[in-house]
Amino acid sequence: MQVAQGAGPGGAAAAALLDIRHLRKTFGTTEVLKGIDLSVGLSELVFVIGPSGSGKSTLLRCCNRLEEPSGGEIWFEGRDILAPGTDLNAMRRRIGMVFQSFNLYPHLNARDNVALALLHVLKQPRDQAHARALQSLEQVGLADRAGAMPGELSGGQQQRVAIARALALEPSIVLFDEPTSALDPELVGSVLAVLRSLRTAGMTMLVVSHEMGFARSAADRVVFMEGGRIVEQGPPAHIFGSDAHPRIREFVASVEHR
Amino acid sequence: MSGMADTFFNLAVMRQYLPKVIEGMGVTLQLALAVVVTGLMLGVVLALLRSLRFKPLNALIVVFADVFRAVPALVILIIIYFALPTVGVRLSGFASAWLGLSLVLAAFAEEIVWAGILSVPRGQWEAARATGLGFAQGLRHVVLPQALRLTVAPLTNRAIVITKNTALASVLAVGEILYQAQAGYSFSYNPSPLTLGAVAYLILFIPLVWFGRWVEGRFAWKR
Repeated sequence: MQVAQGAGPGGAAAAALLDIRHLRKTFGTTEVLKGIDLSVGLSELVFVIGPSGSGKSTLLRCCNRLEEPSGGEIWFEGRDILAPGTDLNAMRRRIGMVFQSFNLYPHLNARDNVALALLHVLKQPRDQAHARALQSLEQVGLADRAGAMPGELSGGQQQRVAIARALALEPSIVLFDEPTSALDPELVGSVLAVLRSLRTAGMTMLVVSHEMGFARSAADRVVFMEGGRIVEQGPPAHIFGSDAHPRIREFVASVEHR
Repeated sequence: MSGMADTFFNLAVMRQYLPKVIEGMGVTLQLALAVVVTGLMLGVVLALLRSLRFKPLNALIVVFADVFRAVPALVILIIIYFALPTVGVRLSGFASAWLGLSLVLAAFAEEIVWAGILSVPRGQWEAARATGLGFAQGLRHVVLPQALRLTVAPLTNRAIVITKNTALASVLAVGEILYQAQAGYSFSYNPSPLTLGAVAYLILFIPLVWFGRWVEGRFAWKR
């Protein structure tokens, strides 16, 4: 297996912020994850690619236990978050998540979408929560749309509000589940620009996406999954290079020549 | 023509029974308000309990909702008023009507609110939970505001239908509009009091119907 500098199993494990070990997940009789080992280091941007049904989204959703794993361990900030007695809500406010379909609250405007968890999870006073929400919206370039309802925003703007909602809680890692898949092509760039600025700011990110061009230029490491297993992982130069696993080259070619 | 005017619009008879019908309006109004308040509250509480997805409790709620939606309201009132005393529970006509109609409204309201909760996409729950909100917080701040907005119009309409059924309380000798109008009819051998009764229902319920229409427009919103 190809291993990225200092991040793979046996590497600088102490530096790993998120360390997934032998993760398994079955739905009924279908085994979707068949023993995943993956670690994400501080400030690393890790891209997960692979054909649909390969278990990428399930892997991501296990990381904050939106899906309940069937076996394995997930170490985050020094704790196994699959251990009994784990405070789910405390863990989740440290792990941000951005969804393919945005999932903004349609009855709240952009600012209140971002402020909701600040008010009710962090118990911030209203003024402080609103100020922090505006600051987060500023970060994604949408401070001027704070009063807009989700229905009044474009898909790209909605996704950026959703990113601001995740960032407002100051998570130590953000999980992105196909953040641009539901967007019209001309709106994808605005969301990727936000990811790029987050990378510059040192945010740790685990991204499931088909944006190969972005993975090539921005990812620290690319993980290729198929059939519930990690086939290969490494720096983009390797994964997208000529000596990558033949299955990867086949997949990348099929995605890029859509 | 004058036959019809004498029969249905006999002013002398109307004048005589107007105070009784007005008195009946007061009783109808009290009964209707009591039924709407307790019926809707109980319905929402049952729907919330159902969202906990605790199987034995859910089975009980489903049985309750199905029975009280299937059995005619009149039958329920008669059972409460005439049958419960045989097991030692003796309620006044007003209390029987209030209890029976509240249970019927609660059964419908539970189903409507539950459908509203189910219709909120799963992604809304996930977004709430992923930011660290607990189950109750997600329900209160994310799911219920959306569910109730979807259900306000059908709830209002159902509440109107059930509160009109306060007329059934006349069978239990509750002095509401229909009871007073029928009494006037029997005493005077002239149906004009029934005309008064119809007008009384219009006065009470037309504003409610208008309110229902206003609510439908008010709570529609762009997604």
